[in-house]
Amino acid sequence: MHEVMAAQGVLSAIIAEAEKQKARPVAARISCGMLNAINDEAFSFAFEAISKGTVCEDVKVTVEHKAIQGRCRGCKAIFEFEIHKPGCPKCGADNFELLPDAPLLLEEIEFETG
Amino acid sequence: MFKVTVGKKILIANEEYAAQNQRFIAEHKKVCLNMISSPGSGKTTILARTITEMRGKIRIGVIEGDIATEIDAERIRAAGAPAIQINTEGACHLSAAQISEALKKLAIDNLDLIFIENVGNLVCPSAFELGETAKVAVLSVAEGDDKAVKYPAIFAKAKALLINKIDLLSAVGQVDFDIEKVKGDVHKMNHDIKIFAVSAKTGEGMAGWYEWLTLTMKVTTPGRTTP
Repeated sequence: MHEVMAAQGVLSAIIAEAEKQKARPVAARISCGMLNAINDEAFSFAFEAISKGTVCEDVKVTVEHKAIQGRCRGCKAIFEFEIHKPGCPKCGADNFELLPDAPLLLEEIEFETG
Repeated sequence: MFKVTVGKKILIANEEYAAQNQRFIAEHKKVCLNMISSPGSGKTTILARTITEMRGKIRIGVIEGDIATEIDAERIRAAGAPAIQINTEGACHLSAAQISEALKKLAIDNLDLIFIENVGNLVCPSAFELGETAKVAVLSVAEGDDKAVKYPAIFAKAKALLINKIDLLSAVGQVDFDIEKVKGDVHKMNHDIKIFAVSAKTGEGMAGWYEWLTLTMKVTTPGRTTP
């Protein structure tokens, strides 16, 4: 449900950039870590609903999910954390810490030329 | 067509408020715990019992988040602690800006520990930092022992987990919940988390939680004088 808030943030950031570029946006890409809990369908639905009547009405937003990284306290290896097989893939230890999750980022916007 | 690389943080406004709250709490030498769980897991009952049983040891204040009503704040006040109620009017989580306002309303000079009882929701609140010292998760046995792996975010981030309503486990044949399975699942993704199996209704297991609270207060705000 917080996808609405995320979509609002993305929408206003795209509108601001469109004004700067004086161009019509057609697509955008956002990225977020897994702990941001952004559901693609909920996000698309929210974005479609709130972008009606704005310059972003037909903008297609894709969501890139980034894995969270763990750091092994034994062998110090940094690895991609997987919920279904947690633990250090290098030495097998289960004593590791999770590194900060990737924030919700507006990565890039594609504009129409002219 | 042309592409523009933006690289803009979307929830930056919330992060800025959260950082401001964190500074405010640290400067005032307070501890702030953000409690997150599904609706009905027993957060308010845990808080009410904690307030009553820690009276004279830790001065507690509560920021209550709910979609509607003042019911929870009234329960906290009845237990003897000050409470500020936030109604999110539909929003599924508390934001750092709301906490900033509530912290101004709570007379925090007279408090040691501020609990934030987040909106009942196992997903959204864990994505919004409020400036808290730590997150505390609550899972009641009636919800099922698969929830930690199905909704991992809060269990991966929390410093403590209360498995509540263990009194229901004695109702033979009524509740299937394997406490050891949950502990194993959660420890695999969060090595440092402290897990307490409790019944806020009967008081069973609460002593371990109080010890953790006392230790957290001591470590976070060394030199704090008890009332």
